[in-house]
Amino acid sequence: MAQRKIGDVILEVKNISLRFGGVNALTDISLDVREHEVRAIIGPNGAGKSSMLNCINGVYIPQEGQITFKGKSFSHMNSRQVAEMGVARTFQNLALFKGMSVLDNIMSGRNLRMKTNIFQQAFRNPWWSAAEREEGEHREVVEKIIDFLEIQAYRKTPVGRLPYGLQKRVDLGRALAMEPSVLLLDEPMAGMNVEEKQDMSRFVLDVNDEFGTTIVLIEHDMGVVMDISDRIVVLDYGKKIGDGTPAEVRANPEVIAAYLGTSD
Amino acid sequence: MQTTFPRLMLDHAKQRPQAAALREKVYGIWQTTSWRELALQVQHLAAGLAEAGLQRGEHVVVVGDNRPRLYAAMLAAQSLGAVPVPLYQDAAATEYEFPINNAEVRFAIVEDQEQVDKMLELRERCPLLSRIWFDQERGLRNYDEPGLTSLDALTQSGKNFISQHAGWFEQQVAQGRPDEVAAMFFTSGTTGNPKGVVHTHFSLLDRAAAGKKFDKLTADEEVLAYLPLAWIGQNIFSYAQWLTCGYVVNCPENGSTVTIDLKEIGPTYYFAPPRVFEDLLTAVMIRMEDAGSLKRGLFKHFMAVAKEVGPKLLDGQVVGWLDKLRYRLGDLLIYGPLRNTLGFSRVRVAYTAGEAIGPDLFTFYRSIGINLKQLYGSTETAVFVCLQPDHEVRADTVGVPIDGVELKVSDSGEIMVRSPGLLQGYYKNPEATAEVLTADGWYHTGDAGFLDGSGHLKIIDRAKDVGKLFGGANDGAMFAPKYVENKLKFFPYIKEAVAFGNRRDKVCAFINIDFEAVGNWAERQNLSYAGYTDLAAKKEVLSLVRDCVQQVNGDLAHDPMLAGSQVHRFIVLHKELDADDGELTRTRKVRRGTIGDKYQVLVDAMYAGKHEQFIETAVKFEDGRSGSVSATLPVADAETFAAVATLKKAA
Repeated sequence: MAQRKIGDVILEVKNISLRFGGVNALTDISLDVREHEVRAIIGPNGAGKSSMLNCINGVYIPQEGQITFKGKSFSHMNSRQVAEMGVARTFQNLALFKGMSVLDNIMSGRNLRMKTNIFQQAFRNPWWSAAEREEGEHREVVEKIIDFLEIQAYRKTPVGRLPYGLQKRVDLGRALAMEPSVLLLDEPMAGMNVEEKQDMSRFVLDVNDEFGTTIVLIEHDMGVVMDISDRIVVLDYGKKIGDGTPAEVRANPEVIAAYLGTSD
Repeated sequence: MQTTFPRLMLDHAKQRPQAAALREKVYGIWQTTSWRELALQVQHLAAGLAEAGLQRGEHVVVVGDNRPRLYAAMLAAQSLGAVPVPLYQDAAATEYEFPINNAEVRFAIVEDQEQVDKMLELRERCPLLSRIWFDQERGLRNYDEPGLTSLDALTQSGKNFISQHAGWFEQQVAQGRPDEVAAMFFTSGTTGNPKGVVHTHFSLLDRAAAGKKFDKLTADEEVLAYLPLAWIGQNIFSYAQWLTCGYVVNCPENGSTVTIDLKEIGPTYYFAPPRVFEDLLTAVMIRMEDAGSLKRGLFKHFMAVAKEVGPKLLDGQVVGWLDKLRYRLGDLLIYGPLRNTLGFSRVRVAYTAGEAIGPDLFTFYRSIGINLKQLYGSTETAVFVCLQPDHEVRADTVGVPIDGVELKVSDSGEIMVRSPGLLQGYYKNPEATAEVLTADGWYHTGDAGFLDGSGHLKIIDRAKDVGKLFGGANDGAMFAPKYVENKLKFFPYIKEAVAFGNRRDKVCAFINIDFEAVGNWAERQNLSYAGYTDLAAKKEVLSLVRDCVQQVNGDLAHDPMLAGSQVHRFIVLHKELDADDGELTRTRKVRRGTIGDKYQVLVDAMYAGKHEQFIETAVKFEDGRSGSVSATLPVADAETFAAVATLKKAA
């Protein structure tokens, strides 16, 4: 396969520290993400991986440090603003609407892009209405995502009835519906069997390939991470202990110590 | 019929340009291709292929699901006098190696990345294979391989050519003759390398027309194309008959949406192997078990009515007014909605073939008012040999010889066929051709059977599989393994059975349980299990299977010819027989020889009178890795019955 074109730095995190009371969740962490790359964040349990995503995502506001996204710097933002800038995410514990269909769940990801207001939505002219036309356009995007993720057979199935692996796929679909430029994936393969993991890895790479989406993912499965990532950041106890290509990270003694323990 | 596939297409495009030819569900919406659009598409593809250097008589491999563009590509190849060779889309790359080299294939037209990867993998071993075109670009954007291009690009280059050469395409089509080779189908074959079955335009189209006449098919039929392109049944029903009749062929969104698409389309003409009907029925029954007691009661009551009255109504027999009324009520409450759920509301003619269908299964569909019939034929005969006429449908026969077919039974009990639909021969294999085709044009079907009193054909087994028992109580009795296996498989709990007994003193069998049906049964029995192997090993399951086996033995005892074939001992296998492990063919027929060799220890254990046996088997997982499963399997005995000398036929 030809090399994907990795661009300039699109997202830069500088000297971030996050504390909950006396606990240092993240200490002075810097990392950068380049356009179109697959960037993994790994580390043992409680290393601060999800906190890191939450900072980028605007859910947590770090006490110190700065985040630069597409050349714009800011020290705190709310999650809506982040979403509007083109950052989408999926969650470690699925946060889907269980009673709604796959179609509606993914459609909810279009929320930010809907322009008609509540009145236009409610009162529709039967011959021509802006809401109707807009819904058609959004539906088209959603259908393309359904096709992309190969979930056509479940279009109208309530999400709660689907197996876990498929729910994860719907979660990814909803994030894609935002047409994000950066996609944050929080353990997209947790709790999956080997086959589901392979499927999901393929989808992640396909998203990256097909839409050019930059991907930041947290993952526990080392095999998966080493296979699909361009560069990896390693966290341990809220500190960065390694950063580089899979080969570099694999050879890093500190990383080995954090994962396997040391003899002394 | 003195025409060719591309000529038929041009006729439709001229006579009814706006009528729908193909439909495909894309992004959740059915998109229609008219005959005129199709003709244009074929024209462009043909020009592109000609520019790429495709010669008359050359073979082109086509691999993929049912996609309109692959249909167009096959027509394009045929327009140039080339021969499309469809291959099974779910086969592993290595399985393509023989056909591609055997047919000297230079060009391949495939559906998507999955198939492209397989073709690229083969390149080293198939040096002639130089050009690969794909329909769907997804995932292929960054592939940089010589000779790999999209069908879009091919169409575009063909379009440019056509714009400068008006009339070129029509001229190409006019050059094609009906007696030229139209397509080649590789038969999966239970032994040895696959063989390429060569068919001409005439042989395929003649049979398609004979079938059309038999069932009075029109241009208004709706057909769902969901079976593999490589299988001749699919080719006849949604390609040859499509062009002969001019009806609409609908391509489902993908493999997993077939049941949904079936419901949306509501086909009027439907074909499926028994397995598909079985799966549909199993799904219905499982849902019924979970329904409320009122619904269950209604279902039970009216299904009994249907069983009694339905087949009579379909067969055109006289039915009392009270029965009619009861059936009408049942139709309103149960059968109608059920047909709708299954997607069979509009079915006028439905066929099943390929293997024997269970009488209960067959009667079920007929009793709820679906005109399900059986037919007999094979790849070599372009499918249509025998068909069941409306009103003369039975579960244990396969119909009467249709227009153009001559049929006789040889001295050895084998069925011989002469028909315009016979193959021209096996490709580059004169020995094999001579084995099946006699000098005066008779084809050895390899099936043992006979014509019954009313002229309907009854099939017993493959002629070569019919054996004899040696020694023991039934010395010299006939042994028809398939017949026994089918009887076992008619139970919903038994998915696959393999019977042994030729040159042995008694019949023994392997049983594969149906995971879904037995799993559901176990749930209702409050029986917990961890997976297939665990479930198959339960002693409750063993006794469930034993009941089935004993019922079969009871049945066989009534058949004077086959009373000796009763199953004395059996083993419930710990793993599902799988085509990936070479135990089944791609069309899911058991490879008795392979299985016998692979599980030799188990066979020996059954005949040696042991009570259990340890076995370790290699398995291949879907991702291509291999591992092994091991288990200690109990060998069970089943009760057998003394032969009943009666004229009553086995059920």
